[in-house]
Amino acid sequence: MKLLEVKNLRTYFTISQGTVKAVDDVSFDLDHGEALGIVGESGCGKTTSALSIAKLLPKEGKIVGGEILLEGEDLAKLSDEEIQKHRWNDVSICFQGAMNALNPVMKIGEQIAEAIVLHHKSSEKDAMKKAAELLELVEIPGERINNYPHEFSGGMKQRVMIAMALACDPKIIIGDEPTTALDVMVQAQILNLLERLRTEFDMGFILITHDLSILAETCDKIAVMYAGRIVEKGSSEDIFQRTGHPYTKKLIKCFPDIKGKKTMMEGIPGAPPNMLEIPSGCPFHPRCEYAEEVCRTSMPDNIERHQGHFVACHKWEVIRSER
Amino acid sequence: MSDNIVEVKDLRVHFTLKGSLVQDAAGRRKKIVKAVDGVSFEIKQGEILSLVGESGSGKTTTGKAILGLVPFEAEKMLFRGEKINIKEKEYKRKFRQAAQMIYQDPYQSLNPRNQVIDIVTEPLVVNKLVESEEERLELGKEALERAGLTPGEDFFFRYPYELSGGQRQRVVIASSMIMGPSFVVADEPVSMLDASIRTGILKLMMDLRRENDLAYLFITHDLSLAWLISDRIAIMYLGKIMEMGDSEIIISSGKHPYTKALTDIMPKPGIKKEGPRKVLQGETPDPTEVIEGCKFCSRCPIKEEICSREEPPMKEVEPGHFVACHKV
Repeated sequence: MKLLEVKNLRTYFTISQGTVKAVDDVSFDLDHGEALGIVGESGCGKTTSALSIAKLLPKEGKIVGGEILLEGEDLAKLSDEEIQKHRWNDVSICFQGAMNALNPVMKIGEQIAEAIVLHHKSSEKDAMKKAAELLELVEIPGERINNYPHEFSGGMKQRVMIAMALACDPKIIIGDEPTTALDVMVQAQILNLLERLRTEFDMGFILITHDLSILAETCDKIAVMYAGRIVEKGSSEDIFQRTGHPYTKKLIKCFPDIKGKKTMMEGIPGAPPNMLEIPSGCPFHPRCEYAEEVCRTSMPDNIERHQGHFVACHKWEVIRSER
Repeated sequence: MSDNIVEVKDLRVHFTLKGSLVQDAAGRRKKIVKAVDGVSFEIKQGEILSLVGESGSGKTTTGKAILGLVPFEAEKMLFRGEKINIKEKEYKRKFRQAAQMIYQDPYQSLNPRNQVIDIVTEPLVVNKLVESEEERLELGKEALERAGLTPGEDFFFRYPYELSGGQRQRVVIASSMIMGPSFVVADEPVSMLDASIRTGILKLMMDLRRENDLAYLFITHDLSLAWLISDRIAIMYLGKIMEMGDSEIIISSGKHPYTKALTDIMPKPGIKKEGPRKVLQGETPDPTEVIEGCKFCSRCPIKEEICSREEPPMKEVEPGHFVACHKV
């Protein structure tokens, strides 16, 4: 059995202007010790997908369809109280902007211990001991449990966030842009740390980012999202070497290739669609140079084109042959 | 006259941190942050020099000092061969027209209560360069369209909140370009934008450079971007330039251990790495700390006894390629 299987997940937001289909028919799976990367522009639904798994959606958001199977148990069906025992114990999230995610007036040891006391019903003393161990695990001296967040640098705060996510030995860690606000060297340190922990504890890891350049070297599998849907997914080789979707192709070309020639990147014309008025047919067609009549009228299915490599595009054969 | 548009020699920007009342009364030594500590470089007409470094390395402060936005000391600070004398009113007015800045965050650098046309033409109004309303609108339209916001008049009466991040940054660029500057300090102009939008902004900056023979001081933490757009790169660490040279040379055969560490961890899209990334241990030291010898010494993988004693001088290892390291 897979560790996590998300099948045809739909998460919609109901706001005064209408319904936003933030996540629409999204499926992916994750095994023990595996790393999945979810990539896309702002507003494509990556964070909402992650929040849906832990059911941490704001009150306007609702899972309206699909299944989230964690070792066979469907999390999507659980009530708010029932999901609580899975949060942190099975799935924990490491949020973007660690600087703002920690409580500034609480010692970090207490913040880590809080989760342990709540979920494991252990005594405060034991929890503090565990908190110190967790800090050591993320390469911060254990005696610093009595420090406040302002006494740490940005990179160390992110480490504290990771320690917190590990507090209840979860099976899956979701990192929502965990390194976005950090310096390059600190980013590399944090990614190394996450990789080490993943192999050490055989955890599943979902990395959400808009930075395609760090995914290839971090993740086994990659899912590319656009306008609430997965448009392509596969191994990182599939995505980079056997690209099948024009959006993925454009996204890759947004990053300079330092091994190649010094040519300006291409960029993607236009902007992501307004999620209240998603274009007909393939949502990418207004920005796609390959678009034909069929793309404007019918939504392409996400079909397995090759072992484990899914592409949702009418013109995928043309795109893949072009290399 | 040389063809250098900007010449900086031994630039220093030090900030004194205010202690608490008690600390001051006790006469404790004030903490000094040496944000920029002896930086020298020049930028030629039409050239792009990138300053690359982590946060706190002093790259933004360097840019601000050149524009006279922070107090500084320098042996030499020339603009078109003339001393930048920001205290002299007439010079300041002229200088401000010729040297401009593009800020990092288009969500914060635009006044939310002003309409686009007012933001873009404000420099003209302040400098009394327009005589009539028609002229102002005409010049505003031209500036917006050159920045890729067409048709310009569609944007006149919009507020910043009605624009996307990329459009906002184009408004920022339009307003810095309206005076026809010859030198622009661009402080992380694309770091807040989605990768797909970045290209458009960078292309715009390059086009403007070609059309107007602009020189840029491009401040970034992204070495691959610096490589892509600039002629030369200067790597900064704790207020000092560690290495400076042709961008191709810095990336492919940088000599300073810090440069090497930075190029080692550059993500290479599509290439699977083997083993963990080769990272430097620890973090950048507290900038108030007084460091004897080389600033990079505490994290350097190849340091020797001399490094913690003596500060390495800047050496020219080949024409135009400078390195500050004892071991090179």
